[in-house]
Amino acid sequence: MNAQAASQDVIKEPSMLKQKAMIAANFDKLTSANETGQKIAATYVPGNLNELIMCFDMGNNLPEINAINNGMRKKSGAMITEAEKQGHSEDVCTYVKADIGNMSRGAIAPNGKPMPVPDLLLLSYTGCFTFMKWFELLRDQYGCETTMLHVPYEGDGKITQNMRDYVVKQLKEDVIPALEKVSGVKFDIDRLREYLRKSAAAEDNLVWVLESAKNKPSPIDAYFGGVYYIGPIFTAFRGTDDAVEYYKLLRTEIEARLAAGKGPITPEGELTEEKYRLVVEGPPNWTSFRDFWKMFYDEGAVVVASTYTKVGGVYDQGFRHDPDHPLESLADYCLGCYTNRNLPGRVDLIEKYMKEYQADGFLVNSIKSCNSFSAGQLLIMREIETRTGKPAAFIETDLVDPRYFSAANVKNRLESYFQMIDQKRKGGGSAAAA
Amino acid sequence: MSKTVTEIVDRCQALFEDLNFTSAREWKAAEPGRKVVGYMPVYVPREIIHAGGMLPLGILGGGEALEVIHGDAYYQSYICRIPRSTIELAITKRIDFVDGMLFPSICDVIRNLSGMWKLMFPKVYARYFDVPQNYRDDIGGNYYVEELRELKEGLEEVAGRTITDEDIRRSIAVYNENRRLVQEVYDFRTKQPWKAPSWEVYLLMRAGMVLPVEEHTQLMQDYLAAAEAEDRPMKDNCRIILQGSFCEQPPLNLVKSIELAGCYIVDDDYMLVTRWLLGDCPVDGDPLRNLASKFLHESMETAAKYEPDGTRKGQYLVDAVRDRAAEGVIFAAPSFCDPALLDRPMLANALSRADIPHISFKYAENSGQMQPIREQAGTFADTIKLWS
Repeated sequence: MNAQAASQDVIKEPSMLKQKAMIAANFDKLTSANETGQKIAATYVPGNLNELIMCFDMGNNLPEINAINNGMRKKSGAMITEAEKQGHSEDVCTYVKADIGNMSRGAIAPNGKPMPVPDLLLLSYTGCFTFMKWFELLRDQYGCETTMLHVPYEGDGKITQNMRDYVVKQLKEDVIPALEKVSGVKFDIDRLREYLRKSAAAEDNLVWVLESAKNKPSPIDAYFGGVYYIGPIFTAFRGTDDAVEYYKLLRTEIEARLAAGKGPITPEGELTEEKYRLVVEGPPNWTSFRDFWKMFYDEGAVVVASTYTKVGGVYDQGFRHDPDHPLESLADYCLGCYTNRNLPGRVDLIEKYMKEYQADGFLVNSIKSCNSFSAGQLLIMREIETRTGKPAAFIETDLVDPRYFSAANVKNRLESYFQMIDQKRKGGGSAAAA
Repeated sequence: MSKTVTEIVDRCQALFEDLNFTSAREWKAAEPGRKVVGYMPVYVPREIIHAGGMLPLGILGGGEALEVIHGDAYYQSYICRIPRSTIELAITKRIDFVDGMLFPSICDVIRNLSGMWKLMFPKVYARYFDVPQNYRDDIGGNYYVEELRELKEGLEEVAGRTITDEDIRRSIAVYNENRRLVQEVYDFRTKQPWKAPSWEVYLLMRAGMVLPVEEHTQLMQDYLAAAEAEDRPMKDNCRIILQGSFCEQPPLNLVKSIELAGCYIVDDDYMLVTRWLLGDCPVDGDPLRNLASKFLHESMETAAKYEPDGTRKGQYLVDAVRDRAAEGVIFAAPSFCDPALLDRPMLANALSRADIPHISFKYAENSGQMQPIREQAGTFADTIKLWS
């Protein structure tokens, strides 16, 4: 294997420890809401309006993150089964079923305490049809206040003024009044501006980190490591001082790795030899996340760019939250999230990544649960192969349903794929560590 | 001389089975410059296509008769069948005469198919047709009017001519007439389901996907007259509503099997586009605003639409059971259909609260084995007859 295995202890850099503490504190905040009286909004990652929620002193609980958490802690399987027993189809999204099954089991957070019933379901319907049904299902269970932000899809690959106006008007006339009503706090746009200023500062550093993978060797893994890097900015921390500090810290660490010519950190140490540079499309599998990652770093494969790390905002293409145009900027943020972009736009972005990050290949991890990502991925794969001449591969797993992670099949497929890249290289393709 | 039910249904069946869409091809070829615009479930404003002098053509997948060879190469096994058979129709040039394709906002699969179309068939006008999930006139309404305007402009390019407000008003009137007849057929079946078997009604509505609207309206008038005149025995069937089949269509045999198992289908959600707008759309004033207002305030409820009032979720189905004097609901959804399958538990809860019996099963457009469905529907019918 390529990772240094001198110690089996997972290396924890200061940024990791900071993020861990931030997440733990947030779970503590959420689970103590009944005692503190803090109001809680539940919302989704893509198109999440964290800065706006904070303007009302509300906490932000993200059902997908809870499902991911339960997936990584190997608890989601039983939750999904529980939901299926209640009549939810085996065919539908396992985030939804893990969430519903979790509720049936007391909605226990990672700190062992129950999550509070949200005071507001803030449905930001961005880039995923299932979100809409998911919130209707949650509303059915909780019976709490609900407000909807419908974000139109970029069908023609662009944000029109009509789309922007529609989202802004909903924010002004539906979402903000609902937040005011539930929280009892009056909306202060200057407070929002301040949060957005902090968001933009954090976003600058996130982009620097993600783009550091253009170097050879890449100091980061932009998929397996990337999901940790996007953690704060995609969730309850965008717009906070904590997030600003986290991304500064992270950038400093990556700058040091880059200066030292080091590769990414893996759970088993540092990757010492970068053999394959990949662009990956699609979310990761969470139930076997470590095993899945190991299949890559054992072979010296580094993901240099991924689309999943753009699902909660495509910052590397120039978007920043803008304190001078606060609501318009929130609208553009929601409209521009990766899965809200049309298929030709997704192909163009991936092609760009393949070239700018000097990738050796393109891999699709197709997720059974997620039609928003998955429908059309086989065409994406063909297009990328045609446009770049680089080999592509396709594997199938699921988000949080352990029944759909077949380790032997995935490993087999990946090993064959890496051999294919080697073959291609012998035929004159690019080399990874030039 | 008036047509018989058999003659009408035979014609509809021939249209249904024709995967080369010959009637639409002939319509296009009849005059130079004619254009055809395809659309997928669940709703597009066909009035605007019609107003441009074009033929709206419903593309509802390839059905059971189409062997999908190429289409399977574009989709994973866990994605429903309608997009793969639709791609098959396109790759095999069965719809090569179609000048534009509209992909309504129904689910992520159809949404992404719009982008696939742009990549695979770049010369064809392809548009994802988004609709508001916010039903306020000054928010969702304004957005939708502008979307309709963009759609109109796109269709003008396809048609090669301007579409005026007056054109749209005239088309709204034509479709109002068509919707009235659709409603009459559904009402007729509700009153005398033995005289209008569901598989016949199904084929009659399917004909409306490929025929010019005026012809379809006449066909429904003919059918109503013929079916009324026909002497058919009333059976001791129970009355059910079929729910969840609004996108990928079931095989015709499935519709027949349910009736053969002892269930009169007195309402369904097949081809909702034929009756999406409830009642007449006004023909005076701003036609796009009228279409928008109708969509926001008087249109069908289905899984593709958000229900803002949680207490009303599923109520439309409970109301339909009452209005159609139904005795139960059969949820029949395509495998891997997110909208239908995610909605189902909430609808089932609403039915259970109202003490309305229900069962569910899944199908694909090419499902072959009807015996299990027949047994399930038969047992459901017996249960209703014996214990309800």
